[in-house]
Order: sequence, then C-alpha cells, then structure tokens
Amino acid sequence: MDLQFGEEYETLRAEVRAFCAATWPLRGDEPRLDEREQSIAWRKRALAAGFLHRTVPRAYGGAGAALDVLAETVIRQELDRAGVPHRGVVQGPQMLVPTLLECGSDEQRRRYIEPTLTGELVWCQGYSEPGAGSDLASLQSRAELVGDHWVLSGQKIWTSQADQADMMFGLFRTEPDAPKHAGISYLLIPMDTPGIDVRPLTMMQGGQDFCEVFFDGARIPAENIVGRRGEGWKVSRSTLRHERMLIGDSAIVRITFDALVELARGVRRDGRPAIAHPLVRQRLAEIAGYLATQEWSVARMLTAIHQEREAQVASEVLMAKLLSTNVQQMIAKLALELIPDSGLREPGAGDATMGIGDYTPGRWVSQYMYSLAFAIAGGASNVQRNIIGELVLGLPRDRRPRDAGAPRAG
Amino acid sequence: MNFALSEEQELLQSTVRDFVAKECPPQRVHAVFDGRTEAVPALWKGLAEIGVPGLVVPESHGGAGLELLELALVAEELGRGAVPVPFLGHGLAALALARGGSPAQQETWLPRLASGAARATVALAEDGGRWLPQEWSAELASGRVRGRKQLVPEAEGAALFVVGCRGGELALVEPGPGVRVIPELTLDRGRPLAALELDGARAELLAAADAARLVDAGCVLLAADAFGTAHQLVRATTAYLQARQQFGQPLAQFQALKHQLANMALEIDPTRGLWWYAAHAFDRIPAEAARAAALAKAHVTDRAQQVARDAVEAHGGIGFTWESDVHLWFKRAMFDRLWLGAPELHRERFAALEGW
Repeated sequence: MDLQFGEEYETLRAEVRAFCAATWPLRGDEPRLDEREQSIAWRKRALAAGFLHRTVPRAYGGAGAALDVLAETVIRQELDRAGVPHRGVVQGPQMLVPTLLECGSDEQRRRYIEPTLTGELVWCQGYSEPGAGSDLASLQSRAELVGDHWVLSGQKIWTSQADQADMMFGLFRTEPDAPKHAGISYLLIPMDTPGIDVRPLTMMQGGQDFCEVFFDGARIPAENIVGRRGEGWKVSRSTLRHERMLIGDSAIVRITFDALVELARGVRRDGRPAIAHPLVRQRLAEIAGYLATQEWSVARMLTAIHQEREAQVASEVLMAKLLSTNVQQMIAKLALELIPDSGLREPGAGDATMGIGDYTPGRWVSQYMYSLAFAIAGGASNVQRNIIGELVLGLPRDRRPRDAGAPRAG
Repeated sequence: MNFALSEEQELLQSTVRDFVAKECPPQRVHAVFDGRTEAVPALWKGLAEIGVPGLVVPESHGGAGLELLELALVAEELGRGAVPVPFLGHGLAALALARGGSPAQQETWLPRLASGAARATVALAEDGGRWLPQEWSAELASGRVRGRKQLVPEAEGAALFVVGCRGGELALVEPGPGVRVIPELTLDRGRPLAALELDGARAELLAAADAARLVDAGCVLLAADAFGTAHQLVRATTAYLQARQQFGQPLAQFQALKHQLANMALEIDPTRGLWWYAAHAFDRIPAEAARAAALAKAHVTDRAQQVARDAVEAHGGIGFTWESDVHLWFKRAMFDRLWLGAPELHRERFAALEGW
C-alpha cells in the first residue's frame, strides 16, 4: 500500500498544472468569446496536449494513450483545481464516444468523435419514453427503413439538453416483430431534421434541463445506425455503464461537501457559527464518514483497474452510484437545515441551473430538490438495489410477469 | 499509487480466514456464550502458531515485525467468525510495548507476548465514559499506581496490564499485591470485560509510549472487526433468506427483503477502504492518523450495528433467539461500537481535528 503517486505521476501533475496556468483563463481576444466558444477553444488545446480524453485514438482526435487510471486521476485533480471547463456537457464525450469506439463504424468515428470531444458537436441521449422508464426495453418509438432513410415516429422524454443538442443518440424499435430486447436499434439523429419537435420541460426547482422530443416522420440517412439492426440494446449497454461511473465520481461530491462546511461556518445558530454547534458537527462528521467511504472505495477501484484485478472490486463498482446518490442527498438535506428560511423562498432563475459555481442559499434550495434527480437518472435507486441484490449478493431475479407469460400468483 | 494489499498481506488474511472457518464454527462460539470456554485456549494457541500474538512485535524479539494494517486484517477475520479469543487487548498491549517500551521492558516481555507464552491487555477506560487519555485519573507515583480502571478486555489470566494513567501516561502492571481483577458481566461473552482495582500496585512507566496513538490503534482494530462482523452478517442473512420459504417461494424472492439486504450490503461493503486507510495512515502518515482512526471507528462501527439490527429483523423470530447465530455477531457489533467510546465521541474528535 502506497498512496504516493510517485515521480512519474508527479511530473505529469506538474505538466498539467503548468498547462492550465498557461491556457486558462483565455488570453488576447478570446475572453470576449461566449462561454461555449471559450470552452471549445480551451478543450481543443487540452486535447492536443493529451490532457483530455487521452485514451481516444489519435485518428479520432485523442492522444492514443493507454488506459492509465492513475494518470486520469492526477489530470482530473489538476483540472478541477484549475477550474477549467473540462467537464462540460457529458452525454457526448462520456457516453456516445465510448459507444462509438466499441461499436461504431470507422466512418462514424472519424465524423463524430473529434467534434464531440471539443464540444463543437453537442449530443443528447434519447432513451426514456413515457411508457419506458426503468423497463427501458419496452420502448415503442419506431424507426422504419424506407428506401435509404429511417423514418422516425414516437416520443422520447426526460431528454437532458435536447433543446441545445446538435445530435441525439437514441434507441428506436426497428424490428417490431422481434422479441422485446432484440427489436431495437441505436440511431444517430441530427436534431435539425424536419419532423422533430423539442419541448423543454420545466423542472420542479424551476430550471429547464430536460425535454420531451416528438418524432413525426423525421427522415435520417440509413447509415446513421451504430451496430446492426436489432443490436441497439447491446450497443447501448456500454453507454449506461459509463453513465454510472460518471455519477459515481467522488470529486463532485467532495466539492459539494466542502461547500456545505463553508455554509456551516458562515451561518449562525444559537448565537454562534453553526459549525460550532454540537448537533451540526455530529451530522457533518456522519456525512464525512460516508464521503470518505466513497473516496476510499474509489481508490480501491482505481488500484484494482490499474492492476487489472477488477473482480476484487466488482461489488463496490455496482454500489458506487447508489452510494454517491445517498451522500449527495444527505449533504443537501443538512444544508437546508442550516438555512431553513431560505427553503420557504423560491430560488432565483440563476440558482436553478446546476453545475459547479457559487453556492448561494437559493442554489442550496435547488440542490435540495435536484439531489433527488441523482436517485432517478442513470438507473433509479430501487433498480440499483435490485442490481446489488442480484449481482453482489446472488439473490434471485425478480419475476417479471410479462416475461414469464403469466401473472404472478397472489 | 497502490491502495491494495500486498500478496503477503492477502496470504496472512486468507490463512487466518481458513483457520477460523475450520476451527471456529458458530457452535464453538455458542459454547463460549453458554459458559463452556474450554476451546478458547486451543483457538488462541492455533492463532499463535500462525503468529497472531506477535504480529506487531519486532523480529528481533521473536515477532513478525508487521504493522497495524496487518493486525487489522486479522481483526476483520476474527470479527467475521466472532472468534472468542483475547486478541484485542493483547494486540494493543503488544503494540504499546513494541512502540513505547524501553529496551529492558521489551527484552522482558516481547518474546513471551510474541510466542503466546504470556498474555497482556490494556486498561484504559474509567467510570463515566472516560476513554481518552486526557480524561484518565489513575495516579502513577514512585513506582506505584492507584485507581480504578474498567471494561478491561480479557483481564483474567493476563500476565501484564498496560494501564492508562493521569496525563496520558501508560504504565506496566503485573498481577500481584494491590491488583484486583473483578470480572464484569459482559454482553459479548466472547470478549469478557473486567474492572481493575489498583491500590498501590507496583507499576513501571512505559516512557516512550503514546496513549493517544494507542487509542487510535484500538479504533482501527474495532472498525476492522466490525467490518468483518457486518460483512458476515449480510452474507449469513442472505443465505437464510434464500433457504427459508414462505408463500411458496424463498423469502429472498420478495423485493422488500431484497432491497433490505442490498441496503445492508451498501452500508458496509464499501467501508473496507475507510479502515484500510486508517490503518495505513497509522503506519505511514502520522499526521493523518488520528483523524482517519476517529472517522473509521465512528462510521464503520455505527454502520455495522445498524446492519446487525437489520439482520435480526430480517431473520424474524429465530433471529431473536439465543440459539440463533445472529446474536453472537449482534453483540460483537455492539462491543465494537461502544468500546473506546460511542461514535458520537469520535465524530466530535474528528470535527475538532478538521478544525471545524
């Protein structure tokens, strides 16, 4: 056991730090660019330097580096520290790109990956439907091959950033007569195609982050399929796995917890800073126990992946998302206890947008609600409990009445 | 960065695990709970053959020269089997001597402690929940100690006590005039406790010892033991719910119970790294050691206790009986949570160390 990264990685750390200092904030005329253009300009430099999406092959805009989770960790720590726009929109770089690398054609990889990594091409994920949530494979949106085009019909929902995306990667039923999971294909859809109607949904805390997307005869080229017809379910699995890893990222939770501690220092209770109050200290320390649990579990996973002994941490990988969700909710709940009056006021428009930034009282009120989204998106918490029960503890699978062909006896 | 066990550490742990599985099935723990303690010396002797009593004793004194992490890995396995051996007090006493004893004290005691020929323990707590060194009041003066210690583990038969005294000093006391061991009725019968009355007993200062670090080491061992205990309880409960049928199907088929088991596993399984880190910090990162130990003790033992409560509930009526295995682990978890102080004490300690 040795928690030092060692000389090789500390050299890398110094390089990343110097790179960030030299490239962010932007210089010359560039600070006049809007936020998105600034992000793109910086990301292009970071990709060229090999500090972003470095395992993506050179031919597709990455650095062609071998997977080294320790290097990834050191780099991410430094990028977080420098506050550079390295996280940005997640769907494309974190979910579509790994899928294309595993299942896409060379033409698709060449065309889509690089602009996706730079942020020039923004993606949304078209999976959920009004009738297909946790039971995603029951989805009904259709794609029919007519000549050399897919003709799309149906509806997607809970589609984050659909109103800002250039493209969607989505699941559509292309083989209506095939069994449930075998009738689905994975398609790439330009969002400006006629016949697509995007309607933003207002979230409970007031912001607009996700949308409904309606398809009414939208036509996309037949070549916009990843993998073969009817293999879309299999293709999509790698994407979901990446989404789970993403939500399990403990750095974001640490940032939120640090903000909570600052909040406790700043507000008063019984005439003294809340952080001096025994009850607040107990609750902070209890959350700190969960957070440290998550962080050291991540460290175990990183080591195991680095040593190619993933089996040793398989159970913790399956628990990472639910653990992270629970910690985020504890943090948000305690925050509201510290600023109870704010919970009676509606957050301002700026507070409803999530992302890393200043934690104002309104922002915490939003977080109190938004933290519930972690328990829903990317595999609901009760589905996670099923996965832990079945894959970690070896419990029997749920009986699925429809799959079994007969309703369950009472 | 390498946050994993070495091959040697994995081998040590699997050796102890295999020994426990073979030599200490639950019936043996039940026997101890029913007052038949004949098997305990043989279990301790078997562990001595593996080198457990001398794990942290330097090789020059006949030990294995290992550190707290290795001791904690053994604790996990002993928790898993609820093994009724005098490991905790002995391990801590050996650690105190190995790190803080004079050459003469080490020469006198360590070889015997390492071989298992003699047993030692620690006397830390005083009445009123005074577990921490700054709270101790036993008076050490002119080679004599006066005071009353309590909740001393495995005191009967111990050849040496490491006694916590005023000002956080530690002293060596042997059974003899002025030393009275008064057994206390102990909930976890696998680890019996006693009060220790010291009325002018001969005592020798353990000059270089650090009592606060000794408490931290104890915190880590309890966290590791609690982890093993709760990890085992989750698996035992899982097996029971798969075997027990109601409404014509295994109970494990019911989603309510499946989710309860998943929540239990989620509470305990990911905490392995938390106590690993606390042990590693104790061994290699002294500036972090107290904070990590306090957090690990508070968190892991608290989670383990809740897992144990859930395990009883999931077992139903049988889980509430003396004949069930569940209460063996339940009481082990209670001991781990409360010995050296309840989680509240260590959360406050953590908060203070964080500068909150």
